[in-house]
Amino acid sequence: MSVNGDAAVPARASETPARASATRAAGNGTRTADDVARPGGGTDAAGDGTRTARGYAPGRTLSLRVEFVRQFRRRRTMAMFGLLLALPWVLVVAFQFGPGPGGQGTSSLRMSDLATQGGLNFAAFALSVSTSFLLVVAVALFCGDTVASEASWSSLRYLLAAPVPRDRLLRQKLIVAMGYSAAAVTVLPLMALLAGTIAFGWNDIQVPGTGETIPAADVLPRFAVVVGYALVSQLVVASVAFLLSVGTDSPLGAVGGAVGLVIVSSILQAVEALGSIREFLPTFWNTAWLDALAPEPDYSGMIKGVAVSVTYSVILIAFAFRRFRAKDVVS
Amino acid sequence: MTLRGGRRALAALVALALVVVGGLAWFLWPSTPQVRGQDVAIPVLDGPADDQRVTLDATYFPPASGGRAPAVLLAHGFGGSKDDLRDEAARLAGRGYAVLTWSARGFGRSTGEIALNSPDYEVKDVRQLVDWLARRPDVRLDGNGDPRVGIAGGSYGGAIALMAAAYDGRIDAIVPQITWYDLADALFPESTGRGAEHGVFKKMWAGIFFSAGGGGLSSGGSAGGLAALTGGGTGQRAGQGTGQGTGQNASSGADGQTGADGGNGGDGGNGTTAASRQAQCGRFQSEICDVYLTIAETGRATPEAVKLLRASSPASVPGRIRIPTLLIQGQRDSLFPLGHADANARAIAATGAPVEVAWISGGHDGGGDADTEWVEERTTAWLDRWLKDSPVPGAEAGRASGVPAPAGTATDTATDTTATAAPSGPDATAPATGTQDTRGGGSVRGVQGFTVSRDGGRDPGTRRAVVVHATAPSYAGLGGTARSEVRVSGPVQDIANPPGGSPASISAVPGIGSLLGGSSANLGVSVDMPGQAAVFESAPLPKPVHVTGTPTVRIKVYGTGEVTLFAKLYDASGGRLAVLPSSLVAPLRVTASESGTEATVTLPAIDRRFDAGHRLRVVVTTTDMGYATPAKPAAYRVGLAGDTLSLPGDASLTAPATGPAWWTWAAPLAAIVVAAGLLAAGRRRTASERDGEPDGVPLRITGLTKRYRNGEKAVDDLSFHVEKGQVLGLLGPNGAGKTTTMRMMMGLIHPDEGEIHIFGRRVVPGAPVLSRLGSFVEGPGFLPHLTGRANLELYWQATGRPAEDAHMEEALEIAGLGAALERAVRTYSQGMRQRLAIAQAMLGLPDLLVLDEPTNGLDPPQIAEMREVLKAYAEGGRTVIVSSHLLGEVEQTCSHVVVMRRGRLVFQGPVGDLLGSRSPVDGPGPRLEDVFLDLIGEAR
Repeated sequence: MSVNGDAAVPARASETPARASATRAAGNGTRTADDVARPGGGTDAAGDGTRTARGYAPGRTLSLRVEFVRQFRRRRTMAMFGLLLALPWVLVVAFQFGPGPGGQGTSSLRMSDLATQGGLNFAAFALSVSTSFLLVVAVALFCGDTVASEASWSSLRYLLAAPVPRDRLLRQKLIVAMGYSAAAVTVLPLMALLAGTIAFGWNDIQVPGTGETIPAADVLPRFAVVVGYALVSQLVVASVAFLLSVGTDSPLGAVGGAVGLVIVSSILQAVEALGSIREFLPTFWNTAWLDALAPEPDYSGMIKGVAVSVTYSVILIAFAFRRFRAKDVVS
Repeated sequence: MTLRGGRRALAALVALALVVVGGLAWFLWPSTPQVRGQDVAIPVLDGPADDQRVTLDATYFPPASGGRAPAVLLAHGFGGSKDDLRDEAARLAGRGYAVLTWSARGFGRSTGEIALNSPDYEVKDVRQLVDWLARRPDVRLDGNGDPRVGIAGGSYGGAIALMAAAYDGRIDAIVPQITWYDLADALFPESTGRGAEHGVFKKMWAGIFFSAGGGGLSSGGSAGGLAALTGGGTGQRAGQGTGQGTGQNASSGADGQTGADGGNGGDGGNGTTAASRQAQCGRFQSEICDVYLTIAETGRATPEAVKLLRASSPASVPGRIRIPTLLIQGQRDSLFPLGHADANARAIAATGAPVEVAWISGGHDGGGDADTEWVEERTTAWLDRWLKDSPVPGAEAGRASGVPAPAGTATDTATDTTATAAPSGPDATAPATGTQDTRGGGSVRGVQGFTVSRDGGRDPGTRRAVVVHATAPSYAGLGGTARSEVRVSGPVQDIANPPGGSPASISAVPGIGSLLGGSSANLGVSVDMPGQAAVFESAPLPKPVHVTGTPTVRIKVYGTGEVTLFAKLYDASGGRLAVLPSSLVAPLRVTASESGTEATVTLPAIDRRFDAGHRLRVVVTTTDMGYATPAKPAAYRVGLAGDTLSLPGDASLTAPATGPAWWTWAAPLAAIVVAAGLLAAGRRRTASERDGEPDGVPLRITGLTKRYRNGEKAVDDLSFHVEKGQVLGLLGPNGAGKTTTMRMMMGLIHPDEGEIHIFGRRVVPGAPVLSRLGSFVEGPGFLPHLTGRANLELYWQATGRPAEDAHMEEALEIAGLGAALERAVRTYSQGMRQRLAIAQAMLGLPDLLVLDEPTNGLDPPQIAEMREVLKAYAEGGRTVIVSSHLLGEVEQTCSHVVVMRRGRLVFQGPVGDLLGSRSPVDGPGPRLEDVFLDLIGEAR
């Protein structure tokens, strides 16, 4: 009761204005009713039977900007971007601390050994270590949390009663969530490129395995392809998380479910006996972008990866929409 | 409906699991039942005088198709046995062949001694196997005692195919793989054309060969490692057996002993056996053993050795192989390099017989796994084409086309000395130099097709090497269709032969090349010892060069005496390691002079693209681990005689274009269609939203019913309406269905039956008319991380309506939160959230306000205030619906009341009516509580 008591103090203090406002609201009532009745107030002007409140149009509800702002100030958004922006610097520090690459030229040609060769190498390394899990979590977080958290806050029903049409609500949320996901996937390699360039210089990229070098200018457009591919390959995670998000009131359930699916897919991927079936696992092509950084870029794996990714996500998102339309919102 | 969602998710998971399990089962389930082979022991007589009795251990696979079928003899590789071929034989039998596999004499459980495919021994054995086949009732005959039969085999087995074809006219087609043309040349290669007599001894391969034959009594599978190594079956298994191969090499002495104890080795004819002799020679024929011991000791070819080896080689029977031949040779093969297939192809094509040549990615150095299936497919296709009658429409009718009729069928081939047209080129006249043919331009007449396995990168999925097969209609030979020249330069360099020939440069290491190389990507380690290598290099290539065949370079050697050298051509890319294509080297022996001896070196035959920007690097070394080199220390100088490197190429080789897999575009398109279907099918009918009277009452509910999942009705046939200006109280005990009704009013849940109309418009999810409804149902819903003010502002913005219509300040005054408005909502108390939520419901002053238990969590002054607010609100012509279970509040606030119980309507009307209708005669006045309890049927 002490909480109530505390809350009561400002309430009491504002007692008079509140009452006044109620009166004013009542007094203004006629005026507002006139407003509503005024021709052109709604989409149909038939007297009191206006279909909508003045100025309401389904196409204007929940604009992207509003949804973006609604999500932006969240702690988890901030924390995730903070982590993604800090990770390259943490890696830089880690590489500075460790013993230098033993004996010039004799060290092996793994990607981790080449990370300190230059900014591009470092960015490729940072991307390779984060695509399998960190970026998956980031994407699952943005897409899995978006509807489920509204449901858990109960704000979903007020949005729907505003009314924001269901398809539109889902669409706007999907776009914004995908936007945040894309920003997450993009910001990491870009920051890694910056950090790596500052720490190790702007050098030509050295290819893992063979040790060949490709001029930095040649590889930069390919690097854009790599980042684009990393985005597309996370589409499946995004859409699974989104589908789960629509179906549950628990944001963590949706995020965890999507991450869990990625883990299961990765485990199945290791089963050689599955043969070429594995090519259709959603995570199978996640590292195909490495082919774009070879001396002779080979895009066939990436094409397959894009195909698998798009196929899954289109269907999953269709399911999400279908489900949300028919759903009884009780949270 | 999380429960329903959960069940659906469960169903989806179960379906997924079923698919996965089904897929696994489908993949792992044993495929078609194996064709059963019958083990048979076939006694044969051989030897120069046909007096040696040998029992061959064979397995016969009857044709799965039944009837009389063409026969195929499958021959194993050196050190192997018939067991290596079981699977391939079964597959061929399944495709309608009578298949016979046998362990050659001296291998497996067969008796006798190894005679290296000698015409007097192994060849005679095979002729008697053909006799045996001719007696089978299920083998198709071309004539009396002449079965329709082909032979396929790799390495040792490929050579017997060639030799048998030369000596037995009944054989109709052969597919020799990774095998030799001249065994003397193979073991004593020389790259300047001086012949095997001056060749450099390939000591490591010879040692592996010899120890594999010394394996003594092998009990079936025990020789598997080396069997595979030396080309069991297709030769593609080479890579897999190499690890064991070297191990077995080391322990061969002990194995030899076993052979002696078993008493299964040499006997009879070669009389002088002692235990030590057995240990030394294993199951080799004494004569061969002696020759080997001599050459292994000296490292030099003797005339007897060359004679003996050549007798076991197709080189000794020019013009006598006149049947369709598919020659498959490995590019990674330091034992029998591509030149051997080239020489065989020339010799056979010269007779007019159809010949095709294929260079596969593997070979005795391994790394050809990617071609295994292709080789078996091509082998079968070749046999189908020439052994079955026109199996492929449009193919030349095999036996009818210009194949010379085999001379002297089933007769003693000793009489078969038919002279055929002399083969063109130097091969036939000088078989020893056959592998060093350096002509350029033109194609080998008569060879009908040429296929080269090229590196197609890696399969992006499996990460395994992918092979593309480039084909040309004609075979250009090792000289290519055209030659190009690249300038190489470098000074005359001093190089030394180290004492004892050690340490030696490393190129292909027999037996372990595949372990290091792994794939056809030519990543084998090659090391040149400093001080032993002269290096000549080109400028970076301005454009890529594709080399197919044998490059040549002219060098000059200064010094004294006979000099053993090894020439190699590297692809230097500027990376850390230059690549030695296929790990091949060209050994040569020249007699040096102080003024310099010129030599034209034929470098190893390769198929490789040298990319633009790469350099060609010619390296001449004094040592190579795989070869016997002089032990005496010496120093020479090596320079270039001409500054050009001549490169053959074959532009007519074209690889089929490989586009992206069909499903890469089909799957997304199908997904879009499915998605469109899902969305179209899931669309609810909303047409009736437009009907209804234009001037409707604020709320009209008719026949509304909603069932729980278990069928129990939450709302049961509820009908009532609310007039404008009313403050309606929705009364009922917990579970009466008040909240459910309100949720349906907001379009949050779908009614099972009945309709709700607001201002004459039917309510469906997202119906635009809901914009005239303000609601507060079942607690507040705010974004906890935002302030109260931001929440309301963002909510209003989410409605998309003009900011001036929000009446934000009035609403905030009703909330009465003061400074707390600027705090995050998560810090609010329950009452503060409640007031903020009511304020949110009043944003925009909606015409119909629906409040669910609005006074929950408010203190008495606030309740009183709220009462006034609601009354004032309705006075302006708006309508308010308040649900409550607080009777006093309803009595004081509401003008009308609807009483619900268990989902049903019990009363509707003005509050006064409710009180009046139940006015007790004796009491002081009607109490709502009494009336209510009466209505809902509870005991007082």
